[in-house]
Amino acid sequence: MSIKVTLPTALARHTDGQKTFDSEAANLPSLIAEFDTKFPALSANVKDEHGKLRRFINVYVNDEDIRFLGGDTHAFEDGDEVMLIPSIAGGSADLQPRNPHPNSILVR
Amino acid sequence: MTESSCTKYELRCNECGKSYGNQPLSACADCLAPLEVQYDLDTVRGRFTRDTVAAGPSNIWRYKQLLPIPEGFEPDLPVGFTPLVRAKGLGKRIGAANLYVKNDAVCFPTLSFKDRVVSVALANAQAFGFTTVGCSSTGNLANSVAAQSARLGIKACILVPADLEAAKILNTQVYGARLVRIDGNYDHVNRLCTLIADEYNWGFVNVNLRPYYAEGSKTVGYEIAEQLGWKLPDNIVCPMAGGSLIRKIRKAFKELVALGLVEDKPVRFFGAQATGCSPISHAVREGWDHIEPQRPNTIARSLAIGNPADGPAAAKMIRETGGWAEDVSDVEIVAGMQELAETEGIFTETAGGVTTAVTARLYAHGRIKADETTVVCITGNGLKTTDALVGRFEAEPAIKPRLAAFDEYLRSLDAPAPTFEPEQEFELAGGAR
Repeated sequence: MSIKVTLPTALARHTDGQKTFDSEAANLPSLIAEFDTKFPALSANVKDEHGKLRRFINVYVNDEDIRFLGGDTHAFEDGDEVMLIPSIAGGSADLQPRNPHPNSILVR
Repeated sequence: MTESSCTKYELRCNECGKSYGNQPLSACADCLAPLEVQYDLDTVRGRFTRDTVAAGPSNIWRYKQLLPIPEGFEPDLPVGFTPLVRAKGLGKRIGAANLYVKNDAVCFPTLSFKDRVVSVALANAQAFGFTTVGCSSTGNLANSVAAQSARLGIKACILVPADLEAAKILNTQVYGARLVRIDGNYDHVNRLCTLIADEYNWGFVNVNLRPYYAEGSKTVGYEIAEQLGWKLPDNIVCPMAGGSLIRKIRKAFKELVALGLVEDKPVRFFGAQATGCSPISHAVREGWDHIEPQRPNTIARSLAIGNPADGPAAAKMIRETGGWAEDVSDVEIVAGMQELAETEGIFTETAGGVTTAVTARLYAHGRIKADETTVVCITGNGLKTTDALVGRFEAEPAIKPRLAAFDEYLRSLDAPAPTFEPEQEFELAGGAR
């Protein structure tokens, strides 16, 4: 069984720019556990102090919010597309905006 | 920090406090929490006063020193400064002695409070050099982005749920904006927009420009305080979709207190939602610090956000102020729209029906006392959601253009309702009359 995991640009800086990868995880907790070994930097970024996914991250399985599917207990199926998105996403978070703001300290 | 007419501001993370300067970015790279514009109020102390405000134009730009407006931006659209009207008629109906309506149903240019946030967002979109802007929208935002970007000569691409009210779709297309209907609800549309913003170099007003955009909502708060004679009310009743507006009104009040324009006093905030999409009012009632997402099913489509981005913060803030949140059914929403129209002559959209009906309930349940000063925030215009009233009013028969016909018609309307025996009723049903 294999699922396809997609990350937003904001998180891909923790995976050397890799935005999609395949996983054998059976559910969300095992996917998070997989981050620990595969992408330690990502793991440190998306987990809170209790080892749970931060509350500002939403998880979608085939376009459906995982909370509608049973959350942690939902079993992934072969071919599922799993997407992690910050709840208020947007922007490249690279501190080097493509369109610099006039007079911003970043430009000065 | 960037300076806005002598005020310094920058993006900062709400959770971890990390600073980001000014850039098109909405979430903290470290903890992924929302970013918010923070001001160095000391740079404007003494230079933002009741007098300087009074000397400004009669629109939101009178408060531009407290808005994230990039240097060199010359605002020319007279957005906002909508009426705050004493609502004696509605007050009498619901048992409120000091009730006011903040009427953004007549906000310029597109008849909703979204005109405020869009004008601030587009000022920043231009400063960042975006040549295309976009948004995910339940309708009002779409109208405003389409209109204001047309005037500024910026291309617009607007994404909406496919089942949006026809008037809101037409009111977007007329400005020449590219409108993309998405087969899904608002939460699907919003998620798609976050993905698009990742790939395209576009300024999405409520995605990567969100921190700037959201600041525009503060102007509702500044105006309320100024229009009450530089006083804060006891209560605010505010509709909730994403949960941003209610928080920004409070932020506005706090800034005015910090700068000495109003006296500090406790203000309670009350949130209004439709029962068919009530994740924030649910969280308030349950005392949660998180949001359980819902699949929206309500006629109040402009409030139909099942997974509100600022929901957790709004729920927490409401409880902190000693306020409360309620939600009302679709039937109550329509009754609320009619009630506000009949008592105050204000035709609001379904969201305003929500707010009016929730206000009535808050008084009925004793959560707000009759003598307290309460401001009800009406955020949109009824002409955009007339389909909610289809079937509420019968088409009147046409009469001959003669005085006698008019007299007869009035008499027939004013005649006391006849009482029928059962057999007469049967006759009527058979059309014998």
